[in-house]
Amino acid sequence: MSILVNKNTRLIVQGITGKTGAFHTEKAIEYGTNVVAGVTPGKGGQFAKIPGAAGSGVPVFDTVSEAVKQTGANATVIYVPPPVAADSILEAIAAGLELVVAITEGIPVLDMVRVRRVLDAQPQGGKRTRLVGPNCPGVITPGECKIGIMPGYIHKTGDIGVVSRSGTLTYEAVHQLTALGIGQSTCVGIGGDPVKGMDFIDVLEMFEADPGTRAVLMIGEIGGSSEESAAAYVKAKMKKPVAAFIAGQTAPPGRRMGHAGAIIAGGKGTAKDKITALNDAGISVAATPNELGNTLKSVLR
Amino acid sequence: MNIHEYQAKELLAKAGLPIPIGRPAFSIAEAQQAADWVRSQSGKPIVVVKAQIHAGGRGKGGGVKVTKTPEETQAAIDKILGMQLVTHQTGPEGKKVGRLLLEQGIDIAKELYAAVVLDRQKGRLVVMASTEGGMDIEEVAAHTPEKIFRQVIDPMIGFAPYQARELAFALGMKSVGTEVVSQAASFFQTMVRAFQELDCSLLEINPLVLTKQGQLLALDAKINFDDNALFRHPAIEALRDLSEEEPAETEAKKFDLSYVKLHGTIGCMVNGAGLAMATMDIIQHYGGMPANFLDVGGGATQEKVTAAFKIITADPAVRGIFVNIFGGIMKCDTIARGIIGAVQEVGLKVPLVVRLEGTNVELGKKLLAESGLNVVAAADMADGAQKIIAFSKSSSADTSTKAAH
Repeated sequence: MSILVNKNTRLIVQGITGKTGAFHTEKAIEYGTNVVAGVTPGKGGQFAKIPGAAGSGVPVFDTVSEAVKQTGANATVIYVPPPVAADSILEAIAAGLELVVAITEGIPVLDMVRVRRVLDAQPQGGKRTRLVGPNCPGVITPGECKIGIMPGYIHKTGDIGVVSRSGTLTYEAVHQLTALGIGQSTCVGIGGDPVKGMDFIDVLEMFEADPGTRAVLMIGEIGGSSEESAAAYVKAKMKKPVAAFIAGQTAPPGRRMGHAGAIIAGGKGTAKDKITALNDAGISVAATPNELGNTLKSVLR
Repeated sequence: MNIHEYQAKELLAKAGLPIPIGRPAFSIAEAQQAADWVRSQSGKPIVVVKAQIHAGGRGKGGGVKVTKTPEETQAAIDKILGMQLVTHQTGPEGKKVGRLLLEQGIDIAKELYAAVVLDRQKGRLVVMASTEGGMDIEEVAAHTPEKIFRQVIDPMIGFAPYQARELAFALGMKSVGTEVVSQAASFFQTMVRAFQELDCSLLEINPLVLTKQGQLLALDAKINFDDNALFRHPAIEALRDLSEEEPAETEAKKFDLSYVKLHGTIGCMVNGAGLAMATMDIIQHYGGMPANFLDVGGGATQEKVTAAFKIITADPAVRGIFVNIFGGIMKCDTIARGIIGAVQEVGLKVPLVVRLEGTNVELGKKLLAESGLNVVAAADMADGAQKIIAFSKSSSADTSTKAAH
């Protein structure tokens, strides 16, 4: 079992004819992801010649709704440039896809504020679109489906959920887990932007409900208060063990550390506050990034 | 991106926000002319001389002077322009003042606070207002949170007039007069419109003053912009003052490298922001101090790696370099070639520890080992951090021995 994606996921690639989109589509197909369509406005009717794709290539459509109608897709990944990426997300939500994974880095915050408004307006309990990202590595269920830019081969089928605001630090965590012989149920990169789709809590809820997930490794960083909210959730609702790491203990205040969301503002969002909140919730926090795998291992029971 | 107070005020005035009569100046002659102009426009002798640097606390640091005569103005201009201004935000070395703002004096009846900020948790903009103007808002939030009023903006509806009025009433503007209530409400609405039109990430008016004549004015203004949206605003990009930015950071931007200068001795080159922060953390964990944050990004080319190396080695405080790469899409052999090329081009005067992991790691390690360069391989992050700290200590010991001779 897993969350968000599995072998039944039928994926659209928005921006499939671009260099980045084409490259990662090839890697996804190589991994076994079922890529059923591409979308590039104006290039509908063509086929994207992706090595490894069946037939004459991946069929390209002008609109996401047409791609969904023709292929029965239920998920999409977005590789379009930042100025038009928010519009691509809105189009995917409007087409009723269950999952939208936005890889694009550099989307204006006010664009994401509008996207968040649309996501939040979806009826509770009904059919909802979940957004992962933007500015994230994507989602992978090892052995079944890879959506995004992470290297597939470092993963191993298993029962540990991984959720992270970072890209390469997640690969580091997965690599350490795999080296210890610990496989992953699903790894979710929620992204480094201040306004985004799924947050730690949303992913933790899904892991808690997933019978295929036994424990969770959560990787946070400075900025915002998502880790504190997640800690409160874990304390109140979660039965599965959680291990964590927070990056940025040495980051100076007021400086953006690479990610748009990684900034200590007005004394808020420090690593120290987050680690305290996590510890208070009974979560083991790795002292260094070298101990991500071992810390998770220590909480298994 | 940050801009100066005078630039923020010019943008806000264009948007329709009332600001004091004032003019910027870059030299003593310009400042004298600006002061004369302010006097003639305001019809009053008082001129305020304000240092323009990208840091708060300028008044306390001696960067703001209220002058009552042309002689006093002249003295203040001479003193402030070119001074090394130290505030709680500049660090002990302070910042050199290269620009002034000359402004009319204001008869202040009340100092208030107003800001538009992003609430990350809600994913919405929030308008904040407080009766406690002229103070550090974090202090107000910590000690008298009941004196801060907030209105959350629904992006579909926009900032509604009733929300603006609620803030005006909460600030007690009705006791001043109903006219001031509408003035305040319109002030807040203009702030929100400017924030949205300019893609700000922060718009703060502190203090927002009520004059004795019953007029609201933005006495100070601070604007930060969303870097991700600068592509929509070339005119704002042009307001960038490079003298306010760390030269190494400006250089890094040219190569699309994310670099932040820090105060330690271990230079870091890492791919990915999270891993780059984590690398700084592990260096500190083992007793070292990082000299920088540097994310070469996911698609680093040899050119980028070379540029990164040049930037790190140009920092005289650097006593050792730690390269920590987890190759995913970016292959370890690409990084290895980049490092070899960079070292051959730039030279290497400090110890270098490289930790490679991920795609094509064996090939990457082999290339480094066969390069003949003095590169130490690390087994993992902890090993790498400990090695570079040990080497950097002995290398600085060498330097001091040499210096003693």
